[in-house]
Amino acid sequence: MTQLQINGQTKDVNVPDDMPILWVLRDELGMTGTKFGCGMALCGACTVHIDGTPVRSCLTPVSAASGLQISTIEGMEADPVGQAVQASWISNNVAQCGYCQAGQIMTAVSLLKATPNPTEQQIADAMSGNICRCGTYPRILAAIQQAAASLAQGGKQ
Amino acid sequence: MTAAVQQSRRAFLQGSLGALTLAVTAKGWVTTAMAAEPATQAYGADSMPGGTVDDPLVFVSIAADGAVTIVAHRAEMGTGVRTSLPMVVADEMEARWERVKVVQAPADESRYGNQNVDGSRSMRHFLMPMRRVGAAARQMLEAAAAARWAVPIAEVKAEQHEVLHVPTGRRLSYGDLAADAAKQPVPAGDTLKLKAHSEFRYIGKDQVRLVDLEAIGKGQAIYGMDMRLPGMVYAVVARPPVVGGRLRRVDSAKALAVPGVLKVVEIPAMQGAPAFQPLGGVAVVARNTWAARQGRDALQIEWDDGPNGTYDSVAYQQTLQAAARAPGKTMRNQGDAANAWAKAPEAERVAAEYYVPHLAHASMEPPVATVQIQGNRAEVWTSIQNPVAARDAVAARLKLEPANVKVNVLLLGGGFGRKSKPDFVDEAAIVARAMPEGTPVKLVWTREDDIHHDYLHTVSVERLEAVMDPQGQVQSWLHRSASPTIASLFAQGAKGQQMFESAMSAINMPYRIPNVRVETAEVEAHARIGWFRSVANIPHAFAAQCFIDELAHRAGKDPQAFALDLIGPARQIDPGALADTWNYTESPERYPYDTGRLRGVIEAACKGAGWGRTLPKGHGLGLAFCYSFMSYTATVVEVAVDDKGEIRVVAVDMAMDCGPQINPERIRAQMEGGAIMGLSLALTSEITFEKGRVKQSNFHDYEVLRHNASPRVIRTHLVNDDHALPPGGVGEPPVPPVAPALCNAIFAATGKRIRSLPVRKVA
Repeated sequence: MTQLQINGQTKDVNVPDDMPILWVLRDELGMTGTKFGCGMALCGACTVHIDGTPVRSCLTPVSAASGLQISTIEGMEADPVGQAVQASWISNNVAQCGYCQAGQIMTAVSLLKATPNPTEQQIADAMSGNICRCGTYPRILAAIQQAAASLAQGGKQ
Repeated sequence: MTAAVQQSRRAFLQGSLGALTLAVTAKGWVTTAMAAEPATQAYGADSMPGGTVDDPLVFVSIAADGAVTIVAHRAEMGTGVRTSLPMVVADEMEARWERVKVVQAPADESRYGNQNVDGSRSMRHFLMPMRRVGAAARQMLEAAAAARWAVPIAEVKAEQHEVLHVPTGRRLSYGDLAADAAKQPVPAGDTLKLKAHSEFRYIGKDQVRLVDLEAIGKGQAIYGMDMRLPGMVYAVVARPPVVGGRLRRVDSAKALAVPGVLKVVEIPAMQGAPAFQPLGGVAVVARNTWAARQGRDALQIEWDDGPNGTYDSVAYQQTLQAAARAPGKTMRNQGDAANAWAKAPEAERVAAEYYVPHLAHASMEPPVATVQIQGNRAEVWTSIQNPVAARDAVAARLKLEPANVKVNVLLLGGGFGRKSKPDFVDEAAIVARAMPEGTPVKLVWTREDDIHHDYLHTVSVERLEAVMDPQGQVQSWLHRSASPTIASLFAQGAKGQQMFESAMSAINMPYRIPNVRVETAEVEAHARIGWFRSVANIPHAFAAQCFIDELAHRAGKDPQAFALDLIGPARQIDPGALADTWNYTESPERYPYDTGRLRGVIEAACKGAGWGRTLPKGHGLGLAFCYSFMSYTATVVEVAVDDKGEIRVVAVDMAMDCGPQINPERIRAQMEGGAIMGLSLALTSEITFEKGRVKQSNFHDYEVLRHNASPRVIRTHLVNDDHALPPGGVGEPPVPPVAPALCNAIFAATGKRIRSLPVRKVA
């Protein structure tokens, strides 16, 4: 039995140590906000935070998260930076199909926590691990810039 | 294949010519049924299975508290139709959007009308039916109010979720009227009063956000991949690596020994033409996705590769080139292009060949379906573009009545044409049948499965030959396409592109050229070829638009001026005069080829890009345009190429005329997304075959555009918002002009011609 800390809650799961966190979340715990896109850490759809660091959960075994805090998209509405990013995602009408967007938001949140006032280049570099086949990149850029501005004005802090 | 000689039935339209047409039958919407009498010809929405339905009682229900539920009958894969079509209903019925809830329809075309989300048809075909639904609902509410007050109907007016009695100011809410309204007779079509344009509250106003927008941002939106049911098991399939291959032997002992693996199920091999059949193979069923994958990795399998085992992209490109250089099947012939070429001096002859490789859809959500069988019924939950095709595939597989198969349509994490084929749903049904009755089976495709076994965009060599006189007037034009056909899915050995493919920017070019010949070469398919967002427009527009740019530069003329001169003045052309007897199934009278609208988007894109301005060193602007799915698009790309040949896309200007603009913000989103998909296929994406197998497997070797390669600036120019025009498609038209615009920009910047995609880097 493995005990995990997810979004501030304790969850017990009975899974092999090498099962990737992605499948523990989705199949064992029913937390389907974190998405499967490639299984090889190439597309970013599976992005979660472990102790605040963005991580591709499709290739991270559950054993690597033991004793650490996992944050998923489901937890972002309780996070001030998460709230600012989610609000900005709405006001910029970012999503088309929306499947990649949880991963995009998770990466954007970790970017803004590390770099509250990112340049366009820093945004492009940070976000290039997250693929969007619908082509929402221009609006992702605008949404991150708007969230950064909103946070700087103390909007959501 | 049947050939029919027809007299021109559009002789009354200016400029039409009698035409010899070849009618080729194929499956579903590509059927070009040519009725003898125009009056009996069904076009557009009426020609699709299920047609359209106008009945408000099917699409609208109102609760006693005034909550309005509107049915979305078309699947949502990112174009926004799950929001936009209900929005149209809400506007006409004077419902307040914040009181509207949208529910997704299951598969049932007899009830809802056509549900196959492909061909950029959702708004194009359902704008008017949804307006009629809304208007009928509004009139039923007004009739109910008038009856309640015992006043003449002319004295009442529906307004923002209430009906007002104008003389007295009395109001009744929609909730209050709901039960009575539902009992009113549905108004006859010719008594419907549709809103004037000036009365729209939501149509054209950008006041409405996607219904799932907030849920998406919170990770709460449910896609096919997210389906969960008690007792559900998970399956993945090992498929033959070559199309048409078969299982020779399998040893599943090690697979069954993997903890969590429950069963191994054989999937029957494909027979004959692929259509929507599973490829065959071996499914591993387990308690979770991870165990199923590990179980599949532990299978010991041998395959017989079958007839396509030597398919090799390098060799096949040679095959296509040879075919492109030999006479092909004539699709359009006006004047005498061959003679014009033969008699032209060498200096006046221009020829070029263009290559576009296979492409994979690679939507972010791979294909997935969940099936549960109970007795003589089955239920399906899947992210599918064509729900009825899924229902019919499952019914046939399980030998059930289609009415006993319920297909629930979940959100699609992208589609782009891949998910209109229900092969993956059929696979799930096969596995469900092998499990204890009532066990829900979720069958998941991995990314490797998706890349290896896609219904790929075809592969093309396009040959263009022109005679251009010293004044820069094009006297002769030959466009010959060597490319395997989508019809090969349905008829084994079908060779060469059919009318519907040629009519996507090969046949139907409107240029003022006296000698025109369009041909297709008869080449075979060795992969599953399917519909990929904008389909044959991609290679046809790539070739033709790059070639026009080559001609312009050769003539020493500005490409925009050259193109506008070639197109000629604003006029409406009968598609039949361009030998286009398909016209995307639409009526040629209702949807002529309008060169004025084409000129309009070219001018808008060029103006937006500042065409003609002085550019920094290493920068170039390139123009391309396309008429597809009844809409007109033009793209100008600004590119910067450094001295190492590295390409940076600085900006894209995308102009589109799709007729009436119903949800402009979503149209712009499609234009932006189409620009990025067009750049992706131009710059980085390529599927190649070796020994019959797709070489690529995931996003490290099938590269798609990422954020850092995306242009920082995409300017969208929506032109000609004209509600007097019939609507044009939105989802696909933005894609085809992008790759040629990019390559034309690279030429402008560097003097180097790109004739083969993907370009990756300028040598």
